[in-house]
Amino acid sequence: MQNQQPAATNPKPWLDPNEQPFIRISNLTKKFDDFTAVDNVSLDIYRQELFCLLGGSGCGKSTLLRMLAGFETPTSGRIEIDGQDVANVPPYDRPTNMMFQSYALFPHMSVEKNVAYGLMRDGMAKSEANDRVNEMLKLVQLDGFATRKPDQLSGGQRQRVALARSLIKQPKLLLLDEPLGALDKKLREETQFELINIQESLGVTFIVVTHDQEEAMTLSTRIGVMDVGEIVQIGEPRDIYEFPQSRFVADFIGSVNMFEGNVVDDAENYVRIHCKQADCHIHVAHGVSCTENQKLWFAIRPEKMTLSREKPESNYNFVEGKVDEIAYMGNLSVFRIKLTSGDIIRVTKSNLLRRDEDNISWDETVYLSWEDTAGVVLMQ
Amino acid sequence: MKKNSWFITIATILGFAFLYIPIISLIIFSFNESKLVTVWSGFSTKWYGKLLSDPQILGAAWISLKIAFVSASLAMVLGTLAAFVLVRFRKFHGKNLLSGMITAPLVMPDVIIGLSLLLLFISMESIFGWPAGRGLTTIIIAHTTFSMAYVAIVVQSRMIDMDGGLEEAALDLGAKPVRVFFDITLPMISPALVSGWLLSFTLSLDDLVIASFVSGPGASTLPMVIFSKVRLGVSPDINALATIIIVIVAIGVVIASMQMKPRKTS
Amino acid sequence: MNATTLIANVMRLLNRSGFRARSLVIAVPFWWLFVFFLIPFAVVAKISFSEAIIARPPYSPLYTWTEDGVLQLKLFFSNYAYLLDDTLYVSAYWSSIKVAFFSTVIALLIAYPMAYYIARTTERRRNVLLMLIILPFWTSFLLRVYAWIGILKTNGIINNILMSVGITSEPIIMMQTNFAVYVGIVYTYLPFMILPLFTNLVKLDPSLLEASADLGARPMTTFFKITLPLSVPGIIAGSMLVFIPVIGEFVIPALLGGPDTLMIGKVLWNEFFSNRDWPVASAVAVVMLVLLVIPIMLLRNAQNASAGAAS
Repeated sequence: MQNQQPAATNPKPWLDPNEQPFIRISNLTKKFDDFTAVDNVSLDIYRQELFCLLGGSGCGKSTLLRMLAGFETPTSGRIEIDGQDVANVPPYDRPTNMMFQSYALFPHMSVEKNVAYGLMRDGMAKSEANDRVNEMLKLVQLDGFATRKPDQLSGGQRQRVALARSLIKQPKLLLLDEPLGALDKKLREETQFELINIQESLGVTFIVVTHDQEEAMTLSTRIGVMDVGEIVQIGEPRDIYEFPQSRFVADFIGSVNMFEGNVVDDAENYVRIHCKQADCHIHVAHGVSCTENQKLWFAIRPEKMTLSREKPESNYNFVEGKVDEIAYMGNLSVFRIKLTSGDIIRVTKSNLLRRDEDNISWDETVYLSWEDTAGVVLMQ
Repeated sequence: MKKNSWFITIATILGFAFLYIPIISLIIFSFNESKLVTVWSGFSTKWYGKLLSDPQILGAAWISLKIAFVSASLAMVLGTLAAFVLVRFRKFHGKNLLSGMITAPLVMPDVIIGLSLLLLFISMESIFGWPAGRGLTTIIIAHTTFSMAYVAIVVQSRMIDMDGGLEEAALDLGAKPVRVFFDITLPMISPALVSGWLLSFTLSLDDLVIASFVSGPGASTLPMVIFSKVRLGVSPDINALATIIIVIVAIGVVIASMQMKPRKTS
Repeated sequence: MNATTLIANVMRLLNRSGFRARSLVIAVPFWWLFVFFLIPFAVVAKISFSEAIIARPPYSPLYTWTEDGVLQLKLFFSNYAYLLDDTLYVSAYWSSIKVAFFSTVIALLIAYPMAYYIARTTERRRNVLLMLIILPFWTSFLLRVYAWIGILKTNGIINNILMSVGITSEPIIMMQTNFAVYVGIVYTYLPFMILPLFTNLVKLDPSLLEASADLGARPMTTFFKITLPLSVPGIIAGSMLVFIPVIGEFVIPALLGGPDTLMIGKVLWNEFFSNRDWPVASAVAVVMLVLLVIPIMLLRNAQNASAGAAS
């Protein structure tokens, strides 16, 4: 079924400068009249990656995907797939296939006709195509549904027909537009792992467009975060979460507390920041290329802060506030702490005990503290 | 769903009565014995016999059917092309003009369409020598022109409702554009094509004013013959004709709605 | 080889010969409408500036080549002056506008409750009722107008009933009056008013009405403050779909109206067929078109507005 079994190659080819990228997008721009949907995007994607383009609606991720599929012609820039420049290749001659957000199953054709459609267009003999279709339907666990029409299937089944149809031609590259968007939460989680299994067993390169950060985190080898037509950061899920390079990325993925401050001490292996608003001193245990008195931001995730009634002993890396709101979420609780300045800080606490008698409660005065490696310093 | 108030309900019933009393009276009096259309004097089917042996009516009906068939078919093709172009092609020179020309015939008074086309045909004849005289051909051209607007509107709205991803999916799976049109687009819009064709067919059968302008000697359509008869006064054989048309249409509509029902699930 | 592969092969051959399928697909409907819809208006405009003469065709050429090869252009504005001069035309235009206006208002008053009912009834009943609205539209318009003759004439159904019940002893004269023309017009154009109103009203989110009631509005208030304002695009579209064709209506005044029923469509018809004055008939048509420009633009805006709201 598969083209070639994934050789035990480098699991992170993007770290190896000698590795040849499989898809090379360079300086790609797409304009609709005056509106720039995709703005000078350059991106390398490697063989067998499961790459996620993540961003809000209208950030240009779908346009980028449609240019890869050949539905939109770039205003400028190049797209190379496996060394071939595909700029002038129409969609029906491209080595890519797409799974549509709406699934776009042909409503007047049965499941098997839908799945076989691509093979028939390549002029494959009926019997051979039939075998392939059956094999594919088995892979997506839809054997027995071959003669149904799309409107006789559930949402999850339709999604799998769409997947089968887009995989049957063994594309070099599969493009998935919000592949799980139409499924409900439970089904989505199951399907995520199914998708990864199929991708790994077939060894096809996937590019997934999604607005759902959790989905991107679970699925991808790497994520490209997009904002107003540009790729603002590319990295592995953990890098994106723990080491965001901008306030936008920090804010877009997960929740974050942001302190604006000025550099007061810039040493080789640490920096000191004073945050006027929250009236606190922040000590960061690594060097940052900055100048004294420069304005910058310190971002820290809610789960990386500790909440206590006692004032910490050190004179930095803590703030004082009052509990404003508590939300019990089951596995954890979210506390909203109001600082004297009026700013709100979010902090989460795992609920390790079933019953916590000594719970911190509303209106208590509390201290939030953190390690000197817990946050990131952001320049922009 | 909230219930409608009694005022609305009564107004609706009266409205439907207003729409249907004339039609029902037509049917009832087509079976009237007497020549006086509106005084009941006993049941009879003799007016049907008279109608079916009237060579003028039958001849005109045959001409009208021929015109309706050809112009509906032409209008279906041209209107579908226009709709396809307007919905699926992003930009081209004259797109605004085309969309204006396709909607204008819908509201243009018949007398203006009829007069302007007749004057065009006469000018064309004096310049190119075609169309030589007026008759079936000129009526067909005229009916095609205003019917294609109706087809275009029906097909257009169907195409807008259709998921554009379907055609892209077929392209993506390796089908070339012409293939996509026949494999995907055409089956998807076929209900609209059928209703567009039927609509054109009835519009053509129904038209009196435009046909009167652009027709020539020997090409009197059914409405033209009915009009000249009706001007002279009511006659029961016209009631019989009306009844036949109503029955045919009613059967057609019922069949069409039964055919459409299973599709509604999607 | 089936039909689709045949067509595909033909297209491939055409493509190879440097021919663009796309332009053909555009050109065919475009040129058809250009030649048979747009140019005719130019011809009408041209003839409206010529002079009626007894000849074939019965109008003077607009431009001629004089013997020494100079192009001579003769424009006769006399046809337009004649329209203004003769009170017949002015009052025919005026009465057409009046008839169109009042029948639009009457049709709106009848159609609104019907559209409202259909929009809010159960889906099963809605489909049946919609079919009943559309059904007359498929049967001959001429014959439906004809039916009214039998109902309205002196020894017609209404008079027979009234006299047998004893309400009147003398038949009421209804045929060949403006009353009959109004009845015929409202009857014929009612579906054109109901359908756009229905499409608008059925899209109205019922939770808006519930919200209004929840905030303390009585049904009447909700109707005037919420439903009616939101249905304005439907009202405009429906009204224009009635008003515009009624302006040029010929059949209804010809069959139901009397000799003193003046409508411009009838005047144009007579000018053309009885008087054979083509230039004046053309001028009548040009003025009618000018009168219709504003209603047609209103209609386009209303349709665009409802299309925009839908997306």
